[in-house]
Amino acid sequence: MTEVTLDRIMSAAPFAGLTKPASAALKEQIGLGLSAPGRAISNRRARVIWAGQRMWLVAADVALDGLAAVTDQSDAWAILRIEGPGVVDVLARLVPIDLRADHFKGGHTARTMLGHMSVGITRVGAQAFEVMAMRSMAATLVHELQSAAENVAAR
Amino acid sequence: MRLQAPENTVGFTFDGQRYRGVPGEPVAAALLAAGVRLVARSFKYHRPRGIMSAGSEEQNALVTVGRGAQAEPNVRATMLEVAEGLEVFSQNAWPSLKHDVMAVNDLASPFLGAGFYYKTFMWPKPFWEKLYEPVIRRAAGLGGLSGQPNKDRYEKAFAFCDLLIIGAGPAGLMAALTAGRAGADVILADEDTAMGGRLLREVEDIDGQPGADWAADAVAELAGMQNVRLMTRTTVTGAYDQGTFGALERVAGPRQARKPLECFWRIVAKHAILCAGALERPIAFPNNDRPGIMMAAAVRAYVNRWGVAPGKTVTVFGNHDDAHRTAHDLVAAGVKVAALIDSRDDVEIKADFPVYTGAQVIGTKGRHALESIAISHGGETREIRTDCLAMSGGWNPSVHLTCHMNRRPTWREEIASFVPTPEAVPGLMPAGACNGAFSTAACLQEGAAVAADLARDLGLKPKVTVPVADDGAYRITPLWAVPGKGRKWVDFQNDVHVKDIKLAAQENFCSVEHMKRYTTQGMAPDQGKSSNVLALAVLADATGRGISETGTTTFRPPFVPVSIASMGAGSQGKGFAPERLTTSHNASVARGAPMIEAGLWYRPSYFPRQGETHWRQSCDREVGHVRNAVGVCDVSTLGKIDIQGPDAAGLLDFVYTNMFSTLKVGRARYGLMLREDGHVMDDGTAARFGEQHFVMTTTTAAAGQVMRHLEFVLQVLRPDLDARIMSVTEQWAQFALAGPYSRTLLNTVLDDPIGGSDWPSMACGDVQVAGVTGRLFRISFSGEHAYELAVPARYGDSLFRLLVAQAESLGGGAYGMEALNVLRIEKGFITHAEIHGRTTAYDIGMERMISRKKDCIGQSAATRPGLVDQDRDQLVGLKAVGAVKQLTAGAFLFEQAAAPVRVNAQGYTTSVAYSPTLDAGLALGFLKRGRARHGEVIRMVDHLREIEAMVEVCDPVFFDPDGGRARG
Repeated sequence: MTEVTLDRIMSAAPFAGLTKPASAALKEQIGLGLSAPGRAISNRRARVIWAGQRMWLVAADVALDGLAAVTDQSDAWAILRIEGPGVVDVLARLVPIDLRADHFKGGHTARTMLGHMSVGITRVGAQAFEVMAMRSMAATLVHELQSAAENVAAR
Repeated sequence: MRLQAPENTVGFTFDGQRYRGVPGEPVAAALLAAGVRLVARSFKYHRPRGIMSAGSEEQNALVTVGRGAQAEPNVRATMLEVAEGLEVFSQNAWPSLKHDVMAVNDLASPFLGAGFYYKTFMWPKPFWEKLYEPVIRRAAGLGGLSGQPNKDRYEKAFAFCDLLIIGAGPAGLMAALTAGRAGADVILADEDTAMGGRLLREVEDIDGQPGADWAADAVAELAGMQNVRLMTRTTVTGAYDQGTFGALERVAGPRQARKPLECFWRIVAKHAILCAGALERPIAFPNNDRPGIMMAAAVRAYVNRWGVAPGKTVTVFGNHDDAHRTAHDLVAAGVKVAALIDSRDDVEIKADFPVYTGAQVIGTKGRHALESIAISHGGETREIRTDCLAMSGGWNPSVHLTCHMNRRPTWREEIASFVPTPEAVPGLMPAGACNGAFSTAACLQEGAAVAADLARDLGLKPKVTVPVADDGAYRITPLWAVPGKGRKWVDFQNDVHVKDIKLAAQENFCSVEHMKRYTTQGMAPDQGKSSNVLALAVLADATGRGISETGTTTFRPPFVPVSIASMGAGSQGKGFAPERLTTSHNASVARGAPMIEAGLWYRPSYFPRQGETHWRQSCDREVGHVRNAVGVCDVSTLGKIDIQGPDAAGLLDFVYTNMFSTLKVGRARYGLMLREDGHVMDDGTAARFGEQHFVMTTTTAAAGQVMRHLEFVLQVLRPDLDARIMSVTEQWAQFALAGPYSRTLLNTVLDDPIGGSDWPSMACGDVQVAGVTGRLFRISFSGEHAYELAVPARYGDSLFRLLVAQAESLGGGAYGMEALNVLRIEKGFITHAEIHGRTTAYDIGMERMISRKKDCIGQSAATRPGLVDQDRDQLVGLKAVGAVKQLTAGAFLFEQAAAPVRVNAQGYTTSVAYSPTLDAGLALGFLKRGRARHGEVIRMVDHLREIEAMVEVCDPVFFDPDGGRARG
């Protein structure tokens, strides 16, 4: 388990009928457009993570004036990378969605629950996931993942 | 008695006595091997009872495992695995299992039939709850909990598959092989320690090899498939909506610290196949409950699978061909068979042991263990010496899971039992014995056929190859109750016998549902799993109806008892709810502040200083800081919602009662939000940072609710509004700076100090705080000249420390929730103590805030006559004027002369404080016609805390009513 720090996270919510222009503008700025629902995309400079209805998180500084509501979220999220051969088993203790490799592939992302917390989960590798939770709940996030990992290891 | 000496044994204890057993075998097998017959006392009559079955359906042999906080009651000895050092105790007996004082109940049994307690202990009425029931409950019962917190670990988990197969007997294994070979995503779950079901317990061949070997090969093949997950020791306990199943796993291996004991699974499956097999049912003959009387298939299971003979001289009693197997298997194993008794006349049995056809067992002897039985045969009574009677009244398909979504099973005459009703649970198909197909060949056939159908549904191309197996006929002639003297037990776990059911019918509890409640048959951990069919057959007989006409009670989840600990796994201690910590948390704790819960948040109650021994001292000082110098308070927990878009102002106009589209950029406004029903939902401020950009604040308590409300409005009520919302509660750390020196304090941290007229009341905008862009709001929740300063959360900790240090140098300091509460009560500001969900804008004196120039949520509903009735309870201030200065929240208000009883109540208090500013006990509350009663002295009575005080009704704004301090 390691902490992931993204220097900039902006939420981008395109206004009515402006999703395509917003995506195009974004592509011009960071080389990535808005990802499909349930998908996260990245390049060397930035990442774009779908975050719900009409909502994306963009890990980069962007300006989409008039196209989308852009809100600074850089300090709002605690992000953990969790990886290892037992990672799917550990997350299955806490997360009520199917995260197995053939159902939740690299680049898949979902807004879901982890224990009692609402989180975003993205598969970032064959045995690696990133979990985003509210900053204020960071300690609980670590505690939950730790005890789930202990339970799996004890088997 | 063991048939062969085992290679490897370990030691365990039962009631302190040491025994040896084979690791992993059921404790029941080890006890039978050691010749232990008496293992339990029955629920009500404390009858001596022995092991009856070889599975999770065990009704008698319930034991407690372990000691102290870790003791676990009501564990089935038939499911409990032998392990080194295991401590097992019997239940419901005192002083010992052999000499149980409460067995006196058994002697009094003629008086203790169904309904006895309710009929007998009716008067005097109050005695039932206080005396009779506790005494009766102490006498009747199963195991007890220790009452101490359980330190054991449990866990919960989720699993997913295309095809869930429940049960790994012949049908389940064949289904798993068929679907697995076709490539389906399969979970195969079975509650036993090994897969194979009855193939592990019977002597029969599949494709020319022993059934157990075939099962082992099948399991090995399945274990090698990437697409198949095998879950042993896992009982599927319930079928729920949308293909969700609950399952309880007993985690394998020795007990260790940090290792979970059990795991409660929620399995989501596109399709499921129920291969749960069947349960053997007892026959109700007189005294059919003595230790040593067992189910016939269980006797074979102990002999064939665990090499244990449950008796030295065994008799077998049945009404179908399958029961004969027990006698043959016993003989093959070298155990003496004293007799085979078949109730049917029309059978011919060739054997070298005595056979009685057309015969019935009519009595048994032996107090702590079976000694002999009496049979009636050809008009004569014959006594047979025997220490073990294997009985079988036939098989009941395990239809339980198919009843979990409210459908009843269907009666099938030729097997004299119920089978699942098709489509009873959407997506769940029965196959094999649970579907009434009892032969091994039929089980394999059905398992393969159903799995192949479902695999084709999943777009796969299954191949069906079914091995050759036994296809013997079942041929049953129903036998329910045998006539004769003595109690004939039907529900062994609840001590219900034939006479109880007849009594129920006699007293007109003829419906099967009424009979169940009257007799308690089918209740408790067993839930009628084994006894229901027999019970309703007896009821049908007593009422002269057919069985299908009588119907059955339903089977509800869980299929086996599920420990609450496993369902609540992870929720002990801090796992109960997430903790939300503010950025100032560590600094507050370092200052000794007790942290209190506010929703999920933790907030400082007060900041004690040296010499202060009581919270009131700290609180009074902190109030003084704000009134006389400057105080600092973390207000980050308030909900903050960023709202942008062409219709951002329109959205606010729609959700707030008052107008926001007219608000100037750089200004904030107080707003009131109503629910659809016209009651107040929340209050807060919204600040305009741009033509199309607002930041809304909500109360801490309603932050989530307001966010959800706005989502609902945008997605459902007003999708035409082009506005986007995003929570920024976590993004910003926000601090209130309140008091006469607040601007001085603010200027110590701002890059460009502000002057007196730069930021008038309710101004807002961006500022630079030590090079960081922050947001400044001139708003006050204390009635003082105050600001709220927000910075990105990463700077929250350092800004808080800096502000508090600077405030202290100005004669002020940090203040906590207690002082915040006093300050707002002095000013009559409301919180959710007042807007508690039943109050209207009218009640709190804000009806004029409902603008008539536009529509808003709740506007029409708020005008309903009942909601603006002048007799309603209205918000008032209350000031203690008598000898008693202490006011309490939740107390009731009465006119001085009125008796303080419910019908005279005129209102209640919601918030209280001692005001150091005014040196008075203050309260906010709601009083009938309160606004017209200012000046009246009334009585506050707190019946719970026994406090009474005289209070003067006044305006809720106690301090600085014209608001000059906040504006100045």
